[in-house]
Amino acid sequence: MTKNLKIIGKPTPKIDANIRVTGEAQFGHDIQLPNMLYGAILRTKYPVAEIISIDTSKAKKLEGVKCVITADNIDVNNISYRRDHPILKKGQVNCIRDEIAAVAATSKEIAQKALELIEVKYKVREGIFDPFEAIKEDAPQINHFIDGKYPNKNIAEHFHYEHGNLDEEKAISKYIVSHRYTLPRVTHCCMATSNMTADYSKTDGKLTLYSTTQVPFLYQRDIARALKMEPSKIRIIQVVIGGGFGSKLDMYPYEPICALLSMKTGQPVQLIFSREEEFIASPTRQTMIYDVTAGADENGRFTFRDVRVTLDNGAYTSWGATTPFVMMQTFSSLYQCPACRFDSTSVYTNNVYAGSFRGYGNPQATFALERTIDMLAEEIGMSKSEIRILNANFKGEITKQGLHFNTCGHKEALETVIEKVKGHTHPLVPSQEWKTKRYKRGVGYASMLHVGGGAKIYPSDGCGTTLKIDPFGYLTIITGSSEIGQGSETVLAMIASEELGIDISRIKVINTDTDIKPWDVGVHASRTSFVAGNSVLGAVKKLKEKISPKAAQLLKTNVDDLIYEKGLIKSVINESSIELDKVVRAIHFKEPGELCIDTYFFEPSSEFADNEFKGNVSGAYAFASQSVEVEVDTYTGNVKVLDVYVAQDVGKVLNPLGLAGQIEGGVVMGMGYALLEELIVDKGMILNPNFHNYKLPTAMDVPGIHFYPIETEDSLGPYGAKGVGEAPLIPTAAAIANAVSDAIGVQIDSLPVTPEKVLRALEEKF
Amino acid sequence: MLKSDSNITQLGWQKINFNVNGTPVEVYIPQSLLLIDLIRDVLNLKGTKPGCLEGECGACTVLIDGKAVNSCLYLAINIYGKNLTTIEGLSTTEKPLDVVQLKMIEHGAVQCGFCSPGMVMSIKAFQNECETNPIIGRDSEAIKKAIEGNLCRCTGYVRIIDAAEDLLSK
Repeated sequence: MTKNLKIIGKPTPKIDANIRVTGEAQFGHDIQLPNMLYGAILRTKYPVAEIISIDTSKAKKLEGVKCVITADNIDVNNISYRRDHPILKKGQVNCIRDEIAAVAATSKEIAQKALELIEVKYKVREGIFDPFEAIKEDAPQINHFIDGKYPNKNIAEHFHYEHGNLDEEKAISKYIVSHRYTLPRVTHCCMATSNMTADYSKTDGKLTLYSTTQVPFLYQRDIARALKMEPSKIRIIQVVIGGGFGSKLDMYPYEPICALLSMKTGQPVQLIFSREEEFIASPTRQTMIYDVTAGADENGRFTFRDVRVTLDNGAYTSWGATTPFVMMQTFSSLYQCPACRFDSTSVYTNNVYAGSFRGYGNPQATFALERTIDMLAEEIGMSKSEIRILNANFKGEITKQGLHFNTCGHKEALETVIEKVKGHTHPLVPSQEWKTKRYKRGVGYASMLHVGGGAKIYPSDGCGTTLKIDPFGYLTIITGSSEIGQGSETVLAMIASEELGIDISRIKVINTDTDIKPWDVGVHASRTSFVAGNSVLGAVKKLKEKISPKAAQLLKTNVDDLIYEKGLIKSVINESSIELDKVVRAIHFKEPGELCIDTYFFEPSSEFADNEFKGNVSGAYAFASQSVEVEVDTYTGNVKVLDVYVAQDVGKVLNPLGLAGQIEGGVVMGMGYALLEELIVDKGMILNPNFHNYKLPTAMDVPGIHFYPIETEDSLGPYGAKGVGEAPLIPTAAAIANAVSDAIGVQIDSLPVTPEKVLRALEEKF
Repeated sequence: MLKSDSNITQLGWQKINFNVNGTPVEVYIPQSLLLIDLIRDVLNLKGTKPGCLEGECGACTVLIDGKAVNSCLYLAINIYGKNLTTIEGLSTTEKPLDVVQLKMIEHGAVQCGFCSPGMVMSIKAFQNECETNPIIGRDSEAIKKAIEGNLCRCTGYVRIIDAAEDLLSK
């Protein structure tokens, strides 16, 4: 790792920034195809109702309407990994998102008008909106498409994990705390709303989807299964994606609906959500209720964690139900923990369903754990920084769940943020001054553990790369991985530039077409730099094996003596050099003639979890700690975040510019989760489907964000790097809540920490 | 849809003249048409982004006579006689990137890019304001205020503020 790096580690502007900053980039909203129609979806008026009848006759007669579909005139399979979700609903609706009919028309206005002309007769039913009600034995069955995997008819998914001897550890615990935490429903708020343009060719039976999916190959399979088609007849072209954050990890009904409209009409169909529809019908972060009991011995060492989580699954299942897979890692393995029991139950309700969202359950788990640690520290009378350092993870640790921490910056991260916040913080107000001081300041800490080297949850966690050097010395990287704004194209180009000595301006990245690019799982689990990066490194190595012998021959030197630099291949022995493109031409055009193309597939060395959920599921693990200083206005209840100190074990900094953007974006997103955001749902209806009432952080809310990367140089990462994308968001809400609790001396047990909650808590205290 | 004679005679359609990115144009539009639809659907300039269509996100920000406006809240007929600048108006073949855009790229202020055109236009408007009013504050607090109407979900705003500060404080 002492190699002198030329571009890795240097601030490098995104190679795709130009087209994005000029508006040239084509998002789904900007696509115009010849003869294109506009699609629109009719959703239910009531969260729970019987559908007595659907009359589409008036809509069909409207001039400009080309097609109206309902469940009765399509032949499809249910979707979702549990196959519990009909694309269009028939007989009954179960949540406010439910799709009843869809139209394709010659203009957006006509499509909307047609929806108004569809007459649906409902018989409104009582719904169940509380998972604790739904799980009762006498509750009616909510989803009628499940396969009876669990004895209780309203359980969608259940996870159980344990290690160590809970009873023994409980017995030796001098301190035990127990608390319930409630986590809200928040949503991704991608700046570009959900969109799809489907283009079905009647003549060759091929379906081209201009999609925003984060997982193009899994998506191709899912669309095929939904529409009963051959997967290879479906071509996914990823448009420029206006924000992902996990929202595009699953396929939702609107996507096969748009495809069906195109297949029925034989014309391209574009379907774009309005912002209101986006709030109502795009996925959310999983809402859940945590019951945590945890203990420590007389020295403050953690002894056990006993955790029960209840997830509000909503009416259908998406990835939200599987977030416990990630959450259990936090309870089993973040800070050393001798015994752990984790039970989660995802319960069907008539609420909207949750998908995956940056962190995949980990912000929720981290909030519950880190709040509990603060309470334990208070119980013990130990400092909140000391208890964390005492229990921190360490290099070489193999956790009881089987995670191998080959590198681990946890302790260093903690020490860094503790030190930094100390240097800057204002002295805390002594408690006797409480009644006279309006503004109270407090400090909070939180750490996080997340996969940083992919996550082996599919048959493969791999990524393919094809490299091609043209006769002019330009490199094309064809990668299976996808760009969703996070800067992966740039990092991959930097890696290739580093290894081949080709200037980054001469590198192109092709990554949007399933007909061209090699297989990849998709953008999730903070895996792209690690997995796709390693894949590029492997491909470069293979390509060099083709180029170097020819270069050595031309330079009359040995292969081992060559270096690739500034577009040249040089011999370190005889100081001769040759332009890379000359060598490529010599390989292409001289007998026997060969192309400078190579393909490589990288599969991380991680393993599947066993049926007890134990196993080393990632190639590397990322750690981060954050410390936060807040100021609470005790008159208004307003919380102002003053400074956030972030220390994150990133393995190795690849692109400091992109990394800082991930950190800052994550922290501010975490701040929204902590203080502002909540989708307010009442009896299944969403009451605030707009940016006016659903508050996102704005530039005015940005605190001081101070970032200290920790480079542990993991031997399996590209140049030692680990995944970074999700981590910065994960501990932020926990650290802010801990800081608020520190400032005003009350326990914070739910998010968001709104002024109302702060004032109520203060009132209850005095 | 706008050039057909039958449309012109319909009730509620109006002829308007204005400058778009320095070029005079004349179009016939329905009186209820929003500026964003005029820009995206009639003028076919797709750089102006539709983020919410209710004036909350700022992705559709354009300049009217140099000032930032949410094009989704502005009736297109009111553009009559005015100068409209869209994100496309900041690029020329000779100078494809404006200073605001160059600074945004340099500072890593662009991630997914959907908010970027609107963000650029808001900063541009603030830059215009700074030029006409030399005593105006141009520190990071003033910049935050200038872009508070532009939502961004990717960057956490820090790099956008840095880019604008670098541009305006020099």
